[in-house]
Amino acid sequence: MTTYTFVDTYVVAKRDLIHWVRQPVRVLSGLLYPIVSVLIFAFVFGSAMSVYGGGDYREFLLPGMLGQAVAFGTAATLMVVSLDADRGVTDRFRASPMSQTGVVAGRSIADLVNSFIEIVVLVLCGLAIGWRWHTGVGGLLAAVGLLLWLRFALIWVGIYFGLALKPEAAQASWMLLFPLTMFANTFVSPELMPGWLRIVAEWNPLSSTVAACRELFGNPGVGGDSWAAQHALLLAVAWPLLLIAVFWPLSVRAYRDLSR
Amino acid sequence: MGHAVLAEGLRKSFAKKPALDGIDLAVPAGTVCGLLGPNGAGKTTAVRILSTLLKLDGGRAEVAGFDVVRDAVQVRHRVGLNGQQSTVDDVLTGRENLVMWGRLYHLSRKVAEQRADELLAQFGLTDAADKRAKAYSGGMRRRLDLASSFIMAPQVMFLDEPTTGLDPRNRGEVWREVKRLVAAGTTVLLTTQYLDEADQLADQIVVLDTGKVVADGPPDQLKSKLGGDRIEVVVRDADDLPTTARLLGPAAEVDPDNYRVSVAVDDRVAALTRVTRALADAGVEAEDIALRRPTLDEVFLALTGHRAA
Repeated sequence: MTTYTFVDTYVVAKRDLIHWVRQPVRVLSGLLYPIVSVLIFAFVFGSAMSVYGGGDYREFLLPGMLGQAVAFGTAATLMVVSLDADRGVTDRFRASPMSQTGVVAGRSIADLVNSFIEIVVLVLCGLAIGWRWHTGVGGLLAAVGLLLWLRFALIWVGIYFGLALKPEAAQASWMLLFPLTMFANTFVSPELMPGWLRIVAEWNPLSSTVAACRELFGNPGVGGDSWAAQHALLLAVAWPLLLIAVFWPLSVRAYRDLSR
Repeated sequence: MGHAVLAEGLRKSFAKKPALDGIDLAVPAGTVCGLLGPNGAGKTTAVRILSTLLKLDGGRAEVAGFDVVRDAVQVRHRVGLNGQQSTVDDVLTGRENLVMWGRLYHLSRKVAEQRADELLAQFGLTDAADKRAKAYSGGMRRRLDLASSFIMAPQVMFLDEPTTGLDPRNRGEVWREVKRLVAAGTTVLLTTQYLDEADQLADQIVVLDTGKVVADGPPDQLKSKLGGDRIEVVVRDADDLPTTARLLGPAAEVDPDNYRVSVAVDDRVAALTRVTRALADAGVEAEDIALRRPTLDEVFLALTGHRAA
């Protein structure tokens, strides 16, 4: 690592953020989706939903929405990485003296900033529909920290699959990502699901982060019968760590051996 | 004089199919080497290995004096690369694209901006400098992409089919830029499917066919391998083609689509006089009579037994 790593990181992050700022349609659709889903789940489905163990559904809903937004970020990372690799950009990066850490660090900073803004917007939406957190600033910050921690882990998942997939295939990742965010405790308590799906939902890494957020916010729907649900905070730290441990080396290898 | 690019027995297979089947390359510093061959000959694979993007399966290669595997980082500091795929960032303006690459090549902001302006001027993009690249035409994008590879004057520059898709004027611009680079001391390895491009730019032409070197030498030497000059007669009337062919002798080749008959000759001017007189005597009206050296297309055909794709 050299002093240039910082310059490289800065230049790459700036490029990605400029992309975001200059494509207002992308920004809008990125923000609109979570806002619209909050409205749909709060006002359309919300009246028919009940929280396992009791409590207000909107209070239950918002941590789930935050988790889903963070998980959807994977698709954004995947798409950008795949497009860069498909054009010659990644090759040029690799054949240039710039540090490889810079490429990834810049990517991570840009993605984390994007996700942070999404989280802020969702939190504001939540406050507008009556969601509250009950644990002071510390609880709020800890929960946001855990969300970004998961997002950081998913950046590596996105980089790996972005390098492995062509952009056309990368676009289809939504179809997989969407159910993965639903087979979780995001919108409905796993306790209300059929047996096999319940196990999937309980052990879904996203469920751990969402459950941990509920706990840290003081929202309903905390706990459950499973070990995973009872150790949500621990798993919300451990799951991303495991994802990073798997996908970091995979991504580094894919980047080094990229040949398309 | 040392070699800027030196490769011995380069091998690379994709899914057990050899893309490079033991090629040797020796490019003296400060010269241009044209890597010529049809699609699938292994040109791009060779460039990707030499620019450290691809691992080799066998053999060894040195670029700018450093081993491409062991000292990949050192190599990257000394080479430039322009691939076939565009690296132009649509969302950024032309100037921002160049400044970004300048910064990534570790120029200070000020120097990167200066260099960007110079290159924009050289490639005729000054007027479009502050427009987003999205609004650029195909040729402008290609020029911007090339300009970004010329930010640094690297010791060794790899250009993979630099003029594919450019119109003749812009091709000329790129050729001029390559010559300028070489004059400043850069060694250039360029791949091309255009034989006239290799002829124009290269001091040395290496012809690749299905992963093997089938010829290596200066353009003139390759041409003379074909055995000298040819006379070409273009007739006005297609009906005259058989007569003309008969007059030019048994070795004459007829190209009916272009009303052309040609034959190899070794006594140049005497042959020209003889053919002109014979045509006049036979009452054949010639549109054009030319004496010329073989094109690289013909060299390729002679070397590989099939036409360049």
